[in-house]
Amino acid sequence: MGIFFLYSFRNLMKRRLTTTLTAVGMSLVVFVFASILMLSEGLRQTLVDTGSYDNAVIIRKGAVSEVQSGVERHQASIIGTRPEIATGTDGKQLFARELVVLINLPKRDSDKPSNVVIRGIEEQSLALRQQVKIIEGRMPKPGSTEILAGISIAQRFKGAGIGETLDFALRSWKVVGIFDAGKTGFSSEIWADVDQLMSAFRRPVFSSVIFKLRDSSEFENLKSSIESDPRLTVEAKREVKYYAEQSETMAKFLRILGMSLTVIFSLGAIIGAMITMYAAVANRIGEIGTLRSLGFQRKDILLAFLMESLLISFIGGCAGLIIASFLQFFTVSTMNFQTFSELAFSFNMTFEIVYLSVFFSLLMGFLGGVLPAFRASRMKIVDALRAG
Amino acid sequence: MLNVRLIFKNAFRSKLRSTLTVAGIALAIIAFGFLRTVVDAWYAGVEASSASRLVTRNSISLIFPLPISYKEKIRQVEGVDKVSYGNWFGGIYIEEKNFFANFAVEPKSYLELYPEYILSEEHKMAFLKDRKGAVAGQNLVERFAWKVGDTITLKGTIYPGNWEFVLRGVYKGRDKSTDESQFFFHWDYLNEIMKKIASVRADQVGFYLIGVKDPTLAVSVSEKIDRMFKNSLAETLTETERSFQLSFIHMTEAILIVIQVVSLIVIIIILAVTANTMAMSVRERLSEFAVLKTIGFGGGHITMMIFGESLIIAVIGCVIGIVCTFPAADIFASEMSNYFPVFVVTKETIYLDIAASLFIGVISAVFPSLRAVRVQIAENLMRVR
Repeated sequence: MGIFFLYSFRNLMKRRLTTTLTAVGMSLVVFVFASILMLSEGLRQTLVDTGSYDNAVIIRKGAVSEVQSGVERHQASIIGTRPEIATGTDGKQLFARELVVLINLPKRDSDKPSNVVIRGIEEQSLALRQQVKIIEGRMPKPGSTEILAGISIAQRFKGAGIGETLDFALRSWKVVGIFDAGKTGFSSEIWADVDQLMSAFRRPVFSSVIFKLRDSSEFENLKSSIESDPRLTVEAKREVKYYAEQSETMAKFLRILGMSLTVIFSLGAIIGAMITMYAAVANRIGEIGTLRSLGFQRKDILLAFLMESLLISFIGGCAGLIIASFLQFFTVSTMNFQTFSELAFSFNMTFEIVYLSVFFSLLMGFLGGVLPAFRASRMKIVDALRAG
Repeated sequence: MLNVRLIFKNAFRSKLRSTLTVAGIALAIIAFGFLRTVVDAWYAGVEASSASRLVTRNSISLIFPLPISYKEKIRQVEGVDKVSYGNWFGGIYIEEKNFFANFAVEPKSYLELYPEYILSEEHKMAFLKDRKGAVAGQNLVERFAWKVGDTITLKGTIYPGNWEFVLRGVYKGRDKSTDESQFFFHWDYLNEIMKKIASVRADQVGFYLIGVKDPTLAVSVSEKIDRMFKNSLAETLTETERSFQLSFIHMTEAILIVIQVVSLIVIIIILAVTANTMAMSVRERLSEFAVLKTIGFGGGHITMMIFGESLIIAVIGCVIGIVCTFPAADIFASEMSNYFPVFVVTKETIYLDIAASLFIGVISAVFPSLRAVRVQIAENLMRVR
């Protein structure tokens, strides 16, 4: 085994240009494969972290997102009387009526406008989202036209940095704080006082009602009783599920794109490996004959060539992964087709992706190397020696 | 002439290797053409937009409406020819995955503004007469196997409830770039029901579509309209249909960039494969080049031969790839019609395909030919492979 490993390795070193080119092809395929997986993982992470399992979101029946939804004041107060709502440490209900609308803001770098979610919040909104932390400035004073900007928005949009002002709905809004909600969708939002927003936008209804459940297992009961209440035309969802549904289309799109690209690209790389390995076999017919006559078995030859191919693909795969891991410094910010609003998420490397990519590159190496290796192992000793 | 034959012979000396390389290039060209077409499909809405149509919407964002009373004011603006209006309805047909664009529009003026939607006179009359009537594009009708006269129920997401429509007509696109998967119905129908169930939301319009008399007036007309409603409760933003469509694309720019980068990567992958083939082929034939040099062929000659071989392989791969792109695109277009209503391989894509394969052919030959030219005759004549 040791001898064969060295034999394969030295062969690769001997033909550096060929080895490098084959490995480069492989590494790019693995790079694409890993980066698409990382992107999907980043999106998933963002959505999973955005909601919390114990929170319930109430929106109007049939509405797909908070932006489309409308919950009237009296309906919100009916929901507010539910006994299932948890109480905070200050004795108040962990319950918030919120307004969610989109506004069009220009980006800092390109001046091109994009839709940003602006959320009207109540006192308890922050307590309901444990992920949200104010990192600069302070909370807006209730009833004022002061706003909080999520960190992704503050960095990317004009006028959204701390101390700056945004003009919309015939008023000026001062940014008094920046909040960081980690890798969640909230980082791509702007928060303001709900009553101020409602009067500015002349919207008489809330978009949604959010509360924490006192006991998470009560959700199913709560859901059926709220949805069958004739005074309400709403539906209840766990916050986690609500956010997962928000970008189903985007996730599906990434998945389809990723899978089709990976299949096509890997075929290219397998062909590359095959060409290299066939050439490696053809150049060494004499050597193969010699090895066989020395007493090495067919399976040894098979193994040696297979190992060579696997070695190239392993090198390529590792290189691809290393390049892909640099993508973690980047954030993708795009419009979510379902909500029409801006959503930022990043490339996320996990151990699973590392395993998958390495496995995938070895698989390509195996598929590319197996036929040439067979050819090498099935050569007749006499023919091989003569040809060499 | 002899040269060309020699080049051909050499290019296919190792049949297996050359075939594999050609297959690889063909595959890459298909992938490249495909990704370019996806990018084009993204821009389909922009391509289909007219320079003489303007879109007016609420300046805060698309989700805020404008009052219907603006219609008459807009009509009075100098240079305005026709005004139509509508709302994005956002209804779901049975399941969310059956997504298609559906609008409530003022039917008469809408059809006048969009001459590219071709509707038979009979269908048009039937649609205009029936307040619950709707018109759908050819693609959509085929997708759900609808027939004229069918009742179609959409579940409202923005406007609550189940909405019933009767399919009165099917439109076809005048151009290839026309989206044949839209669905539209009478705005009055929507408005009447909103008056009953949510009167605050009645008499509201999502967007105005404005036909200007002359495309050169577009800028001045949009400025006039926006100035007219400045400092009102619903300020407007008017832009040409083209920039309106572009603004959507800019919002999804990140995805477009990813696709474009990836389409370059596929070229680089295949470049590596082809360059490898050429490098191996030259390495195996170093002694031959030494012989050629001995006979008196110069470096230029040898270089030309290697470039020729590389280009032949690249071009054959490219031709096969281009030929296969069309059926592949057709299959994809019918499978994914709900994501990409317009999916057509353009001429530019084909030119880019050719450019990419020539690039592959040339670059792949550079290092191997350098090596062949530097061959030392004495050393390589004796070289034992």
